Amino acid sequence: MAKRFDIKDLNIYYGKFHAVNSVNLAVPPRNVTAFIGPSGCGKSTVLRSLNRMHEVIPGARVEGKVLLDGEDIYASNVDPVEVRRTIGMVFQRPNPFPTMSIKDNVVAGLRLAGVKNKKQLDDVAERSLRGANLWNEVKDRLDKPGGGLSGGQQQRLCIARAIAVQPDVLLMDEPCSALDPISTLAIEDLITELKKEYTIVIVTHNMQQAARVSDQTAFFNLLGVGQPGQLIEVDDTEKIFSNPSQKATEDYISGRFG
Amino acid sequence: MVSIVLIGLFLLIQAVPSLLVDNINFFTSPEWSTGDVANLRFGIRDLLVVTILSSLVALVIAMPVAMGIALFLTHYLPPRVARPFAYVIDLLAAVPSIVFGLWGAKVLGPALEPLATFLNTKLSWFPLFSGNNVSLAGGGNIFTAGIVLSIMILPIITAVSREVFQQTPVMQIEGALALGATRWEMVRTTVLPFGRSGYIAGSMLGLGRALGETVAVLLILRSSPLPSSFSVFDGGYTFASKIASAAPEFSEPLSTGAYIAAGLVLFVFTFAVNALARYVAGRGKAKAS
Repeated sequence: MAKRFDIKDLNIYYGKFHAVNSVNLAVPPRNVTAFIGPSGCGKSTVLRSLNRMHEVIPGARVEGKVLLDGEDIYASNVDPVEVRRTIGMVFQRPNPFPTMSIKDNVVAGLRLAGVKNKKQLDDVAERSLRGANLWNEVKDRLDKPGGGLSGGQQQRLCIARAIAVQPDVLLMDEPCSALDPISTLAIEDLITELKKEYTIVIVTHNMQQAARVSDQTAFFNLLGVGQPGQLIEVDDTEKIFSNPSQKATEDYISGRFG
Repeated sequence: MVSIVLIGLFLLIQAVPSLLVDNINFFTSPEWSTGDVANLRFGIRDLLVVTILSSLVALVIAMPVAMGIALFLTHYLPPRVARPFAYVIDLLAAVPSIVFGLWGAKVLGPALEPLATFLNTKLSWFPLFSGNNVSLAGGGNIFTAGIVLSIMILPIITAVSREVFQQTPVMQIEGALALGATRWEMVRTTVLPFGRSGYIAGSMLGLGRALGETVAVLLILRSSPLPSSFSVFDGGYTFASKIASAAPEFSEPLSTGAYIAAGLVLFVFTFAVNALARYVAGRGKAKAS
């Protein structure tokens, strides 16, 4: 189930533009790793290259290795569709399928994988919605469209959709940035729950959030305009926020940035 | 709006005197003789049948093809390649309909003859394929006309569908892909539901064009002394081609009124189709927001 990532010398490009320079990073299993850093430093780009979503953009490409329990997801014989089936992703803005019911949204990934058994789909829907702390709020309206939920509920629906396929890793790209504080708290509690079972990588602009939910924090920065983003340092979250080894990290977390 | 009402009023005022002296049922009779003003006998049944059948053949062919092309251009081909391809499709709309008519009558019709014969004899259990009131030779039937119409309405349906498919929200597309959807599964779960109402509205616009197409149909369809046998291998006239064919003889007001009455029916019919298209498109927009 929960697997580890080893990112080796990862360079990411948009066409000719070198977006991220040589990232080396280990993400342990059953652990929350937070990516922090200023806008445009490439943290979302790195996240998106962990499930091969980066290459969906025309001209985008990647060099280097991303090992998932030792297997390179960029090996030539690996199908990106298969990679995405085992690595779940939650986006910045909730994106449930608007024409599908709540339940169909949750089991969409399983349906894609070919599961047709109704009993099994019902069970997974309930288990995933419970896992996403949404079951009690929606159990009476599973057949209603997912678009009718509040923003925070929609985001939890998207988390339920991502964990329904029991992914090896869960990637979250600023999952709370479009949510109010109460919904944010609900998602953060959920992340703490989910890390018992899943490896989680989360990108966040909110440093308090990184400090609250993550075990390990990676700080990305830009060296200058037009320069590629860099991984400056990665360490235990506690250490990053109390005694970082790099001056740039300290400046950023203490707000003396730029 | 005002001009539409005025056009409707014009048609109505011109048609009523003729309708009052019509000696047979206007809606259910296949007969059409307006030569003797003292004994007008005209009904629109066959005009309606031929108009609807030719437009249906056109829609049945053009709708799936247009959807395929629009999806291919928006979600499969890289934009650099898609643009010139889309331009070629749009160019089809610039071909004059008389050229389509000539091509249909002289090239496509004869070429389709073997296929028409096969469908008419071997698949005659299908009601729309059985019977014919004109000879199959030369292909001057609804089947040929429908295929030509399908090519003529392809650009509008493709253009509208392309426009709506293009606007599928990126975050939904990415949501589907991140779940491990293949490109086709992504299209099925996000692009098609999102673009459905626009696609239907575009098809209705195409239908409106097919219903009113005149000269191409006039050139292709062979006239028949026999009433319609409700088959796509019939000949005959659509509303528009009937009116156009009689245009040189519009001297007698009462005879002319008969044709104007037919025009009125076509007017109301296409108006209804367009209103339906707008309703469908509007409903889709309300749902998306």
